Amino acid sequence: MSFLNRLIEVVVVSMATGTVVAGTILLGLGVGAADPTAPQAAVTRPLKSVAEFSSIAETGARSRALFTEAAKVITDPRCMNCHPANRTPTQGDDMHTHVPFIDAGASGIGERGVVCTSCHRSENTPLAGSRLRSIPGATPWLLAPASMSWQGLTLGGICRQLKDPARNGDRTMAEILQHLATDHLVGWAWHPGEGRRPAPGTQREFGALVAAWIDTGAECPE
Amino acid sequence: MSFTLNVNGTTHAVEVDGDTPLLWVLRDVIGLTGTKFGCGIAMCGACTVHLDGMAVRACVTPVETVGTAAVTTIEAIGATDEGARVQKAWLDEEVVQCGYCQSGQIMSAAALLAVNPSPSDADIDAVMAGNICRCGTYPRIPAAIKQAATELASGEGR
Ligand code: FES
Ligand code: FES
Repeated sequence: MSFLNRLIEVVVVSMATGTVVAGTILLGLGVGAADPTAPQAAVTRPLKSVAEFSSIAETGARSRALFTEAAKVITDPRCMNCHPANRTPTQGDDMHTHVPFIDAGASGIGERGVVCTSCHRSENTPLAGSRLRSIPGATPWLLAPASMSWQGLTLGGICRQLKDPARNGDRTMAEILQHLATDHLVGWAWHPGEGRRPAPGTQREFGALVAAWIDTGAECPE
Repeated sequence: MSFTLNVNGTTHAVEVDGDTPLLWVLRDVIGLTGTKFGCGIAMCGACTVHLDGMAVRACVTPVETVGTAAVTTIEAIGATDEGARVQKAWLDEEVVQCGYCQSGQIMSAAALLAVNPSPSDADIDAVMAGNICRCGTYPRIPAAIKQAATELASGEGR
């Protein structure tokens, strides 16, 4: 066992009666952090293919079902953590507040003096001797704009926001598809670095679902 | 692998693996031990140094990503205007308790003042939240940053 892990154990024991906040500040590890003794194999969470929705005869209902399937990715913590309700990212599969506390500001890259790139590089950075296996990274590494916050919205709310040029960065539906299906930072969700569970399916499968949703009228669930 | 680093204005040739964190190159290879190890996972701020004036956590900065960027550590921050004011304010306010976190605190404070010479309380909180102090010097840190900002604005103090 490494020195750091021993240290963390001691801290955890000594913090057992402390507050949740103190424990989080010290460790910052939610359920998203992998158990170091667990096997490395990635958990596979498949997405249904577009073809599996062809039995839904009514186009609007099919569109809503396609979006709901694609939303397994959209609502995954790998995506939601950087679409928070405020300007502070969350982390881990339990989507706890980012440690250290970060105000990404209007720019989405952090306040002047401490920015995302103070810790996040252009690639995931593996860490040795820690329960936190890696620091995530991609270029650019930034928070979604405030108009694109997802946490706290219903699926229908997220869907309507995606379609609304006033909130989606003035994108057409073709541009939304291109962003979701090919964007590098979106793609990070399937290559999130050691110790993090990837988003369901693959970016290609996700893109196909989004394309089919748009083709069927981009209907939104309630 | 060989890397040529520009640290505090001096060129250092080092022979290390590319994924070695900058922190360990600074401390163990170059011998600049003012920069501290606290957590190794970007959560405490003790290892903060500047790359081209921007605060970064040296514990999660692989040396192969540094390139030609100018590395500034606590040993040389006093040569900058902001660093000198921050160090003086730290002494005046008697910020330090055990001192372990303070290299990182000062490096973050200097980076803040370099881009935001008159920070509000919220600006200070936003930037300094990433630097943890087990001794609880938190109330004195913003007071010292405010003093340094005032002295920077008025040109006094150095
Ligand atoms: S040692 Fe680098 S942030 Fe704690
Ligand atoms: S002064 Fe002791 S940890 Fe900050």
